[in-house]
Amino acid sequence: MNDSNLAAARREPVIVARGLVKHFGPRVAVAGIDLEIPPGGCFGFLGPNGAGKTTTLRMLLGQSPPTSGELSVFGLPVAANVRAIRARTGVVPQSDNADPDFTVSENLRIYARYFGVRSALVEPRIRELLSFIEMEDRADDPIRSLSGGMKRRLTIARALINDPELILLDEPTTGLDPQVRRMIWNRLRSLRNSGKTLLLTTHYMDEAERLCDELVIIDEGRIVARGAPRTLIASHVESSVVEVHSLGDEAEALLAGHPGVRLERVGEMRYAYTNDLDGVLGRLKQRPEMICMHRPSTLEDVFLRLTGHELRD
Amino acid sequence: MTMLAMDFAFPRPRAGAFKVWLRNLLVWRKLMVAGLFLTFGEPFVYLIGLGYGLGRFIGDVGGMPYLTFLASGLLASSAMNGAAFEGMYSVFTRMVHQQTYDAILATPLEVDDIVAGEMLWCATKSLIVGIPILLVATLMGAVTSWSALWAIPVFFLVGLCFAGPSIFVSSLAPSFDFFNYYVTLLITPMFIFSGVFYPVGALPEFAQWIVNVLPLSHAVALIRPLVAGMPVDDLALHAAVLAAYATGGYLLATGFIRRRLIR
Repeated sequence: MNDSNLAAARREPVIVARGLVKHFGPRVAVAGIDLEIPPGGCFGFLGPNGAGKTTTLRMLLGQSPPTSGELSVFGLPVAANVRAIRARTGVVPQSDNADPDFTVSENLRIYARYFGVRSALVEPRIRELLSFIEMEDRADDPIRSLSGGMKRRLTIARALINDPELILLDEPTTGLDPQVRRMIWNRLRSLRNSGKTLLLTTHYMDEAERLCDELVIIDEGRIVARGAPRTLIASHVESSVVEVHSLGDEAEALLAGHPGVRLERVGEMRYAYTNDLDGVLGRLKQRPEMICMHRPSTLEDVFLRLTGHELRD
Repeated sequence: MTMLAMDFAFPRPRAGAFKVWLRNLLVWRKLMVAGLFLTFGEPFVYLIGLGYGLGRFIGDVGGMPYLTFLASGLLASSAMNGAAFEGMYSVFTRMVHQQTYDAILATPLEVDDIVAGEMLWCATKSLIVGIPILLVATLMGAVTSWSALWAIPVFFLVGLCFAGPSIFVSSLAPSFDFFNYYVTLLITPMFIFSGVFYPVGALPEFAQWIVNVLPLSHAVALIRPLVAGMPVDDLALHAAVLAAYATGGYLLATGFIRRRLIR
């Protein structure tokens, strides 16, 4: 391959979806997704529970046939190339499903066999992966003796046993303590920097903001926004938020008529979104007993603005 | 193509099936000691208790000592149980509780490989169960001919025969409780009525008809003469019945496990 072909191959999207739809009986899980995901970098699917994130990942792996639409990975239509696509992909599912009948290293070994990893490569790669997840001393331990964080790390190591080009991560840090989350973020960043394509679903905004170069916000099976985290914040919400924790009605009265303030009510609380933070704080100071805090807007605010404040289950 | 047509397309397993089989073998090897003890234990109690005890009153049955008659029947029913329980409880555990299949379906293996691998493994369990009992029966003097070695490939066929329907039952099961129906309505009656303990000819005609439609009597009809050193009658018919249950069960199991896992 000459240089210009190589460059063209590099730019070719890893994932292409056109009009992707998935129904489960009367329930619409994915309601028409059009998407191209470029190679390299970390791409995020951000959405509330039931938004269709996991279903989309399952469709990418050929674990769920789409109701309609086109879907290809590595330029290969999924339905006819399930084995070839999975051979080049690593998967970190939502719940850890390491084989409880085996030890840590046996789990990696048996998985390497499913992928047909050449036997000369298996042992060095297991050692390398155990050191990557800092579990060298746990190689011979049974799965039940591992903490939740260790099980998760093992699942990540297992997803790398075939040296995949694409790694799908379904809520990789849900339910983990802050230390483990940071360790995992750090590892995912180093995978991204080594040139792999990461696609992760999450409903943690901080995770998406930290890790993703680009993301889509999915709600009710549709993409409602796409962009880099910073760009999304800049284009969808004001730069700052003042959260009013008490005396909400008074705050509303004080800010009434103040230009460039957008108020959101959630129960007793008020969220004042604004580009004029000093002006808003100045007004609210008229009632010093009012409890309020201010912060820069985050992806969470974009998310709430686009998907609404009501509860989802 | 409709979902239904996709689910029930003809199975196309590949070499990955052997990887699934090997996974199960490796797990079995870890738990071998406890497993073998149970495997030996129950038939041994039957052989001692019924074979020696009851055999003293009964004398010869079907032209052979009762111990030989019973041992050959128990070989068939043990081969059945070995595969059937693996196809029910173990397959269900791997499919639902351990999510082993979900993990496998993130690799280049497909549902077809999993079901074929489980079929082979269930049949292997029949060998693992049958061979030690054959050994015990031989030591007790119940086996009188080298032709008994031909019973070993029959164990494997009997295993496939019960693996298919059992994995099919697993594919429909919402929980372990579901297996009670299958065991109580089919497996246990077959064990009692299919000629393991007494000749099927002792049953009323309609009961004989039912027993002959079910597979265990055909397994007994193959294994018994081989163990006793007698000629096998209707070999092709008996083998065909076992193979038909194996194939039917396998096709249904593959279709319904696809439906369950590929949603």
